[in-house]
Amino acid sequence: MAKFRVVHYLNQFFGQIGGEEKADTVPLKKDGPVGPGTALNGAFKGEAEVVGTVICGDSYFAENMEEALKQILSMIKEYNPDLVVAGPAFNAGRYGTACGAVAEAVVKNLGIPAVTGMYPENPGVEMYKKSVYIIATADSAIGMRNAIPKMAALGLKLLKKEEIGTPEQEGYIARGIRKNYFAKERGAKRAVDMLIAKIKGENFTTELPMPAFDRVPPNPAIRDLSNATIALVTSGGIVPRGNPDRIESSSASKFGKYSIAGVKDLTGDTFETAHGGYDPVYANQDADRVLPVDVLRELEAEGKIGKLHDYYYATVGNGTSVANAAKFGQAIAADLKAAGVDAVILTST
Amino acid sequence: MVKEIERAGIPVVHMCTIVPISKTVGANRIVPTIAIPHPLGNPALPADEEKALRRKLVEKALKALTTEIEGQTVFE
Repeated sequence: MAKFRVVHYLNQFFGQIGGEEKADTVPLKKDGPVGPGTALNGAFKGEAEVVGTVICGDSYFAENMEEALKQILSMIKEYNPDLVVAGPAFNAGRYGTACGAVAEAVVKNLGIPAVTGMYPENPGVEMYKKSVYIIATADSAIGMRNAIPKMAALGLKLLKKEEIGTPEQEGYIARGIRKNYFAKERGAKRAVDMLIAKIKGENFTTELPMPAFDRVPPNPAIRDLSNATIALVTSGGIVPRGNPDRIESSSASKFGKYSIAGVKDLTGDTFETAHGGYDPVYANQDADRVLPVDVLRELEAEGKIGKLHDYYYATVGNGTSVANAAKFGQAIAADLKAAGVDAVILTST
Repeated sequence: MVKEIERAGIPVVHMCTIVPISKTVGANRIVPTIAIPHPLGNPALPADEEKALRRKLVEKALKALTTEIEGQTVFE
């Protein structure tokens, strides 16, 4: 039997084009496997073959989603594949979004299966888990060796149209699909068993997990801007030059609070970025491009806003865990409230 | 972070380039920006035009803060 044909989607980094300085790479294709594609090819054990690799820069994709998707799909199509594998993207937000979007478009538009892989906290999971199979991976490329065999195995099952097991069995992130099956015991008995286990403090598995919606309703609008104190917060890593608090370039464990009292303009001599997840050239030249102190000072002088708060807060939003980000947010909010700040502009890169 | 600031009762506007991520993290007032490495600037422009562009975006953010909304709203 002929081998199944597989196209692999990668970002500029795993596609061996370059780091953040190449994140604006437009889509391109290469015959055969590239980088992790070699391991993927091996994991198919001769049943399928990576015939081509499509590579796109993470920033190019994120900033030109529609156009990029169109170009990538047409390149994928040229290889006439039976399956598309995207990533794994681990905890890289832009890459995860791209992998999810590519996989979803492949399933919808080309009518063939697709598999991707991400860390459960990757924002791409929330966006695409309902439409595509996402193998749960570790948060960094250390998890490559674990992720690739699972992605290949699920891919082969999809190719051979075999029955796909539960998320626990196959290692993918639950898609919210319900499947009917014949249980050994009737519902009433199962419910009572579960209740007894719960009362005894034993482990039990719910048959209907409740979705965890965490939405905060919007606060009322600011009525009088000209009397309002506005504070700046950023996840773009803008810090005083030298990064005095040594905020980590990725997976930040802290945030910084820095005075901008009397500062009219951020310059390359005074401020820089500590962020390791985007090309720092532009922010290092002029940090106002991420933290708009200069124009807020103008608006303050013109009386359009009451005051720009004396301090701004910064962390690096690059693979930062949701738990840490929430903790930073709570601490920053408490501090802002104590200082009587009326509203916040939060910028992200 | 956006959500925790909102939860504390302070109105917040999120200025970012990847709007779908902003929606996923639960921002309510969202202003799309220019590009990932320079959300509030464009190094291809002369300095004065770049600043004017930044000012326009910040004014949009201030407009968002003074606008009553029901749910997640993108201020294009």
